[in-house]
Amino acid sequence: MACVKPDGSLTETAKVLLRQLENPLNAEEIASLVGQPLFKVRSVMRELVSNGLALELEGGFQISSKGKEKL
Amino acid sequence: METNPDPPITFPRIGSPAPPFEAVTSMGTLKLEDFKGGWLILFSHPADFTPVCTTEFMAFAKLHPKLREMNCELLGLSIDSVYSHIAWVRNIEEKMKVKITFPVIADLNKEVAGLYGMIMPGESTTETSRCVFIIDEKQVIRAIIYYPLTTGRNTEEILRVLQALQTTDKNGVATPANWRPGDEVIIPPPRTQEMAEERSADKDLKCKDWYFCKKKL
Repeated sequence: MACVKPDGSLTETAKVLLRQLENPLNAEEIASLVGQPLFKVRSVMRELVSNGLALELEGGFQISSKGKEKL
Repeated sequence: METNPDPPITFPRIGSPAPPFEAVTSMGTLKLEDFKGGWLILFSHPADFTPVCTTEFMAFAKLHPKLREMNCELLGLSIDSVYSHIAWVRNIEEKMKVKITFPVIADLNKEVAGLYGMIMPGESTTETSRCVFIIDEKQVIRAIIYYPLTTGRNTEEILRVLQALQTTDKNGVATPANWRPGDEVIIPPPRTQEMAEERSADKDLKCKDWYFCKKKL
């Protein structure tokens, strides 16, 4: 996993992205906010969603309750 | 016990959609669609920890900031493990003082190499040749360049091709031999007699004949 370490904690990139997601943002907005390339944001967000740490909504991505616990 | 055969080798074509993939890279799992909306230079190298490839990686890393300004990302590939990629890029940073800022696909099962025709069995069946695919924002293949194992790539030429393609898309023009940004561009030949006559009367163009016209952008 690129966003979750073997001990279950989050990578720095995952933390930085999740902290932006109190309100829904799309991948382009996240990339612009955190200064990361879009491809990397899309990849990490896919993993965060598949791990239940973020939710994919119509308006973009938002941190889940599990994600908030992990931060 | 039967061994799995290598995946079939296919050759993409200029103007065709780039074959989609999902691959493990030195920066996590990436899909081709993750690059949608921007240009992508997908390139393969024969093997990690080899000298020509190391010079190429340093040259690509040097070019990367310029490419990003042009909304273009880099994605490397070889038939090596992700651990080998991590060790190699760390070694390049430590020994050569060059940070590798782009992801590299660990294509151990040759899946992406097979999709993009990166293996030249006459040269090697275990290594990818030095292939370059320039893919546009809509994920269409716009240029393909192949180099043999022994010849390191000219990254300035790869940049020049990208500049030419973006100039073509923006202005509806073509670019002549050895074109560089700032040089005159070629106006595509007229398709009808009427267009040829209009072209001949256009004082903004430098025409040698009705079919051979250039202009400054």
